[in-house]
Order: sequence, then structure tokens, then C-alpha cells
Amino acid sequence: MRRMLTVLRFNLRELARSRWVAAYAAFFAAVGWALLSFGESSDQAAASLLNLVVLVVPLASLATSVLQFYNSREYVELLLVQPISRRTAFAGQYLALSISLAGAFALGLLAPFLWCGGKGEALTLLLLLVAGLLLTLIFVALGFLVSVRTDNRLKALGGALALWLFFAVLYDGLLLIVIMAFPTQQLPALLLGLSVLNPLDLARLLVLLRLDIAALLGFTGALFKEFLGSARGLAAALAVLSAWATALILLGARAYTRRDF
Amino acid sequence: MVEIRDLRKRFGALTALDGVSLTIRPGEITYVVGPNAAGKSTLLKCMVGLVHPDAGRIAIDGTVVNGGWRYRNRIGYVAQSPRFPEAASPRELITFLADLRGTSARNGSHLAELFGLGPAMNRPLRYLSGGTRQKISLVLAAMFDPEILVMDEPTVGLDPLASRRHKQWLCEERARGKTVIVASHLMAELEELADRLVFMLDGRIYFDGPPSQALEAGGERTLEAAIAKMMEEGAAACAAC
Repeated sequence: MRRMLTVLRFNLRELARSRWVAAYAAFFAAVGWALLSFGESSDQAAASLLNLVVLVVPLASLATSVLQFYNSREYVELLLVQPISRRTAFAGQYLALSISLAGAFALGLLAPFLWCGGKGEALTLLLLLVAGLLLTLIFVALGFLVSVRTDNRLKALGGALALWLFFAVLYDGLLLIVIMAFPTQQLPALLLGLSVLNPLDLARLLVLLRLDIAALLGFTGALFKEFLGSARGLAAALAVLSAWATALILLGARAYTRRDF
Repeated sequence: MVEIRDLRKRFGALTALDGVSLTIRPGEITYVVGPNAAGKSTLLKCMVGLVHPDAGRIAIDGTVVNGGWRYRNRIGYVAQSPRFPEAASPRELITFLADLRGTSARNGSHLAELFGLGPAMNRPLRYLSGGTRQKISLVLAAMFDPEILVMDEPTVGLDPLASRRHKQWLCEERARGKTVIVASHLMAELEELADRLVFMLDGRIYFDGPPSQALEAGGERTLEAAIAKMMEEGAAACAAC
């Protein structure tokens, strides 16, 4: 634990010196402020922010984790020749990046709400925050996993972008094909199952169920609302997102432990 | 004493180590030489745990260490092309590694002084030259006074004064009974320092013995000529099979 905290502290200090993390916080602060200042209602601002969060957070987390992994490759070699286990080194590096990005996101999201005098519902804001934090944990882990499995930086970055494109765009297209291909009576259960396989959809659900505009998500959101009810739907979505994060972290740690540097 | 037995490693179709067995004794400087892609760096990386061998074992003083990490407390490693976190200063890096090991960097100040690093110690690493980074790599490897020094091309980029001081320091470490293994292409350095020469080609050891024996076996007057001959003979043997 002492070794992990030492690695975490050192990495956090390095990341705090990076302008990218500050720019990431500033981006969310600026957009949040604009939406709250010029939007018609706080619910509308939350819904617009949600769309931004589910697209930008995964993309930024994937790209940053891949670039961070390759930029710190030689430093990792220096770290791994010290008396430290691979799991400890992975935990320190992963947590440092996740905490930096999650902290920047939380700061950028909360600042405009506080600036605008606490405008908007606290629970909606909290869910937006939780959705962004869980997406950060999931996609930083996915970025590490992709990076650990290849020596080629461009290949890793391409793979990460392809994954983002799949979850953000292509998955909805696949759902449409499913809707057209299957008889109506089989669809509810099928779509419910398929929505669990996309963390972006689940993150959307977390907030949309609270906003009571689940129909905005289409079939998936309506189904969660109908079958699980808002509270149960939220709990289910949270549990599945946490399972996504846990599984990817464990897979990333396993790949990191087995990798040759 | 470090004992390596039947070490094997493949990277896809490439065989990097093909049954390497070697004993590295304390109080000796062992030089590993060979052409590029002979397996020298892979061998050294297996010793420090950066590369996982497919088969074989590495033991330190009779204890098998493959797959472990605590044994690295006893090892100092110099990488072939050292790079560090760009924004940190060497002093911050030293403090970080000392915290990680839970001990003080006993030799840190002495080595920084030896290599004339004084003003560079507080500057961000991104502003330091390749040679200065190499000196810092040497300081980081040796500052905890490890029993075993594993060095991959440690003097590349060093100025003549630093190179001279590095050699003197290595002789002192040998006299103190340290186990030293160095991968290098620099023949002058090898002739001056090596107690033992290991010649590798295509992942195998073709020669293991004192430099004088290499000269006798090759019938040559200099080690450079003897090693060049070994490379030619090895390449011819590989072409034949």
C-alpha cells in the first residue's frame, strides 16, 4: 500500500503539471456556464451536458490514457526495475490518471453550477457527476488495456478511437438493425440485455431516468423505466457500470502484469 | 552470485534467447557482447524482470527469482536509452525512488558529485542533454548501493571525463565484491574492465570465458579483432544451417 501511494503521489504531481488536465476542466466549466446562463431551464442544461459528457468523457479518457501510457513508457521501465509488484505499479498509474481526469471533470462540472448560485436540482447534478466519473474509470481502464496489448502507439490510438466510435455511434445503429430484424414481442427483453453491453447508454440512463425524459433515449430508456422503475433502473445501471469498471481494471492489470517491457 | 539456466524467450517468430545458461560471479565485471539483436538486452531485461522468459530460471544466491519482485531491492539497472518523466527534476526522481524503496539514497550525493551533476539536479529533465540523462541513469541505478549492477550500454553519450570516472567507479565496485554485468559495444572499455567475456549470437552464448582466452581461441592480437572473427564465424555457421 505504501508503495502504491508513493507511485500515485508522484504520478499525480506529474499530471498536475500537465496543461491538458487544466484544459479539460476549463472546457467543461465553459460549456456548463454557457448552457446554464443561456439555456431555458436547468433540466435542459443537464440534458445537453449529458450528451456532451457521454461523448467527450470516454473520448478524452481513452485518448489520454493511451498517450500517457506511451509517453511514460521509459519511466514505467524505471519504475518496474524497482522492488515493486506489477499490480502495485498498475494501480498507482491507473488511479493517478483516473483521479486527475475525474477531478478535472468534477471541477469543470461543478464550478458553473456553483457560479450560477446552485441553479438546478442537486440530485440531477450528482447523477451527472457520477455518470462522468464512472465513464472516466471505465474508459481510462479500456485505454490502458488497449495500450498494454500493443507496442505501436498509432495502432493503440486507432484502436481506442475505433472503440469510442463503436460505443458512441455504431452501437445505436446495431440496435436499430435489431429492432427491425426481430418480432415486436421479443424486443423488450433483447433491448434490455443489449443496453447493458454499452456503458455509454447506461450512463445516459442514469441521468435521463432522473430527468423523467427517458423517452429521449428511445426504446432502451423507456424499457428501463417500464421494467425497473426509476429507482431500480438507476441502481441497475449503477451496478452494471461499476461491473464494467471492475472487469476492465482487472483485465488491464492482468495484461500489464504479463507484458514484456 | 547470479545463476541463469536454460533461459528461453521468443517474440513472435523471433527467438531472442535460445537456452542461455550463465553464471555471473561477485567481484567480477562480466561483459556481454554480440551483434545487434543477439539477445543481450533481452537477457538483461529478464534479469531485472522487465521481460518474462518463456522457460528457464534465474537464481540469486541459490534463490529462484523469476516472477518475483522483492529481489530487485538488490539490483541496480541502467537502461539502454534512459528517459524519464519530463517535468520532474533528478532530485525529485531520487526522492521518489527512495520513498518507493523506503530507504535513503546512500550514494546519491557522492555519485552526483562524481559525475558533475550539481546544477542539473534541480532542473526539469526535459531540459537536460542525452549525456546528462545517462549520468542520471547511472546515479539512479547505483544510489542504493545494490549488490548487483545490470547495465545496458551504460557509457553511450558520456563525455570522456564522465566515462573515465564511470570506469574508475566500476573498478571500485568490483573491488567491493559487487556482481557487475554490462552489455556494450565499446571494445576499449571492454579491454580495460572485463574480467569475463560472454559472446552472444542469435540468442545463444558462443563464448564464455576470460578475455585472454578469447584472444587465444581466435588467434588475434586485439579483442576487437577476436570478437569480429567470432561474429563472422557465427554468421557463417547460421547461414550454413
